[in-house]
Amino acid sequence: MSDTTHNTPLVELRDISIAFGGIKAVDHASTDLFPGEVVALVGHNGAGKSTLIKILSGAYKRDSGKIFINGEEAQIENPRDAKRYGIETIYQTLAVADNVDAAANLYLGRELQTAWGTLDDIAMEAEARKVMGRLNPNFQRFKEPVSKLSGGQRQSVAIARAILFNARILIMDEPTAALGPQETEQVGDLIKQLKKEGIGIFLISHDIHDIFDLADRVTVMKNGQVVGYAKTSDVTKDEVLGMIIMGKCPPGAIPGPGALQTA
Amino acid sequence: MREDGGVLVNQSTTKTTTGAGRVDREGLFIRFMRATEVDVRLLGMIAALLTIWVGFHLYGELVLGRGSFLTARNIWNLSVQTASIGVMATGMVLVIVTRHIDLSVGSILGFCAMMMAIIQVWILPEYLGLGHPLIWIIAVVSGLLIGALIGGFHGYLVAYLGIPAFIVTLGGLLVWRGAAFLLARGETISPVDSTFSLLGGGPYGSIGSTGSWVVGILICIGIVALMLVGRRQRQRYDFPLRPMWAEIFLGLVGCGVTVGFVMLVNSYPWPIGIVRQYAAANNLETPVKEIFISHGFAIPVLILIAVGIAMTFLTSRTRFGRYVFAIGGNPEAAELAGINTRWVTVKIFALMGFLCGLSAVIASARLNSATNNLGTLDELYVIAAAVIGGTSFAGGVGTIYGAVLGAIVMQSLQTGMVLIGFDAAIQQMVVGGVLVFAVWIDTMYRARAK
Ligand SMILES: Nc1ncnc2c1ncn2[C@@H]1O[C@H](COP(=O)(O)OP(=O)(O)OP(=O)(O)O)[C@@H](O)[C@H]1O
Ligand SMILES: [Mg+2]
Repeated sequence: MSDTTHNTPLVELRDISIAFGGIKAVDHASTDLFPGEVVALVGHNGAGKSTLIKILSGAYKRDSGKIFINGEEAQIENPRDAKRYGIETIYQTLAVADNVDAAANLYLGRELQTAWGTLDDIAMEAEARKVMGRLNPNFQRFKEPVSKLSGGQRQSVAIARAILFNARILIMDEPTAALGPQETEQVGDLIKQLKKEGIGIFLISHDIHDIFDLADRVTVMKNGQVVGYAKTSDVTKDEVLGMIIMGKCPPGAIPGPGALQTA
Repeated sequence: MREDGGVLVNQSTTKTTTGAGRVDREGLFIRFMRATEVDVRLLGMIAALLTIWVGFHLYGELVLGRGSFLTARNIWNLSVQTASIGVMATGMVLVIVTRHIDLSVGSILGFCAMMMAIIQVWILPEYLGLGHPLIWIIAVVSGLLIGALIGGFHGYLVAYLGIPAFIVTLGGLLVWRGAAFLLARGETISPVDSTFSLLGGGPYGSIGSTGSWVVGILICIGIVALMLVGRRQRQRYDFPLRPMWAEIFLGLVGCGVTVGFVMLVNSYPWPIGIVRQYAAANNLETPVKEIFISHGFAIPVLILIAVGIAMTFLTSRTRFGRYVFAIGGNPEAAELAGINTRWVTVKIFALMGFLCGLSAVIASARLNSATNNLGTLDELYVIAAAVIGGTSFAGGVGTIYGAVLGAIVMQSLQTGMVLIGFDAAIQQMVVGGVLVFAVWIDTMYRARAK
């Protein structure tokens, strides 16, 4: 990797805050992501991981803080803005349109059209078959509304949608939660491959083994604040668990505002 | 002539049934349904419609001594009366699919009709002269535009200010009805421009025998062409094909109904008074009694057919249509997928308003005037038509053809009750009851389908 890619992060979230009613879901959190890098966002349930990345993907409007893409401040007010910056997201809630089929879901919002401006369903289905083949070769139910699919199949649809459009920045919020072992492995391979292509990935996961297998760095959150940052090569799994559970920052990590203060 | 049309359909039915008769009785129906891809709902709707028709006719026959429902005259009138409700029902499908409702359609219709009447009766003749050929065009265009603007405004309130559609359009129901009253100070404005009035049907507002055959044959060609193209597409991509007998059956039914309908509207002659007028105007020598001039398709019916085709295309072949159904199925997911759901909502309501404007053209042209209560209670008929046609309040589900069929059902009920002499109070009760009943059936159907 060249020096410039090391100096300017692909994404930098700076001092992001958002509150829902009285709850500070995300509290002055910062993190960054370089091209070809996987950064894992970890933390207990309700730590604010999903909320933080939803701000990046345009699903929520932040109360304060700034987002930089390639060093330039980005205006992200809605999901369309985020997609314009090449940000694709797999949401924890999957967010698929239940009553249309897989192909329609993959292309939702960016449908292929014929020369007459009508939907090109055939082309979309053909592409859908290709992408899904890469993720979940057993998948055949292309004509069925997505509501009729299993949880894992729906998840495959959500993942396929995110990788279909040559994202530069990929956000994956627990992408393998509903998947079987074979499909999980396929997603792991996919992540490694996308990484090689220079895509930056935010990965949210509760599986510490996955994290150490796939991520270059971790950002640990607790109660909306960042406990600390660490390269996965500089810390042990137990140390990361200590950060998640107690907010204790080990020597190999850089403490954030949420780190346990040891006097 | 009408009997011929009926027999044609029957023949095709019997033929096909015997053709597939090898299968045992129980599997036959299911096999038939699967092969033709006809859903139970559609069959149910057609059965309900036929029951209503035959029921009213028999009631007339037995109780009043004169069955007048299944006559060319009545069916022709029914088709004209359905047009206004049917046009709006196609728009209501989109509104309900996205989990909204529009209670203001009748009032928008009334307001648009009043505006158009004022434009063509009070304003334009002063500048262009009475009967100027531009008058009806300007009136129609402004009616459609006003409808679209009102609808778009409702959509804006719903989508961008977050006011529930129920409230916005309930308000609209009162506001636009009141506004229409104020505009004309409560007067009825008539007569409308003579060309404009043709858009409402009537002997002169129909396209006659030859024209109807042309339209009918075009529709038949369209049906066959669509089936061929569809079959070729499926073949090319190795998708499963319908059995040939099922294709032929569907084609025959489609064309048979079309041809039957053409024969029916052609068998309804102009009334003697109009013929006399016409003969006098054209210096015809033949005795009036011997002149048979067919009505043919009324213009409002052609408008409804065109709207039905256009709306079907819009919902199934365009991005906008796809977004409507995606939003209906899961609004949050649609938004996250990058669809501008608010703007789509505005467009849906604007389209609804536009269609109200179009219905206003039909309704006021038919009456040859704009009255204060034009379109009153239409919202009930329109919503009922959409729901009977399979549009679900749970969102994401509905079809245009269903809504048009639903409109025919509602109008048949209405017409039938008038024919057998039910008074307005009972009519209202029946319509209200049918609406609730239809939603209940829908709920049960969906619970079963899960
Ligand atoms: N739309 C919302 N409205 C109100 N509160 C919310 C909303 N979304 C999240 N929160 C609150 O914000 C906090 C952070 O939630 P978030 O979903 O970001 O957690 P998380 O770290 O993703 O947890 P998990 O691991 O369970 O997915 C929680 O306390 C949650 O209740
Ligand atoms: Mg989460």
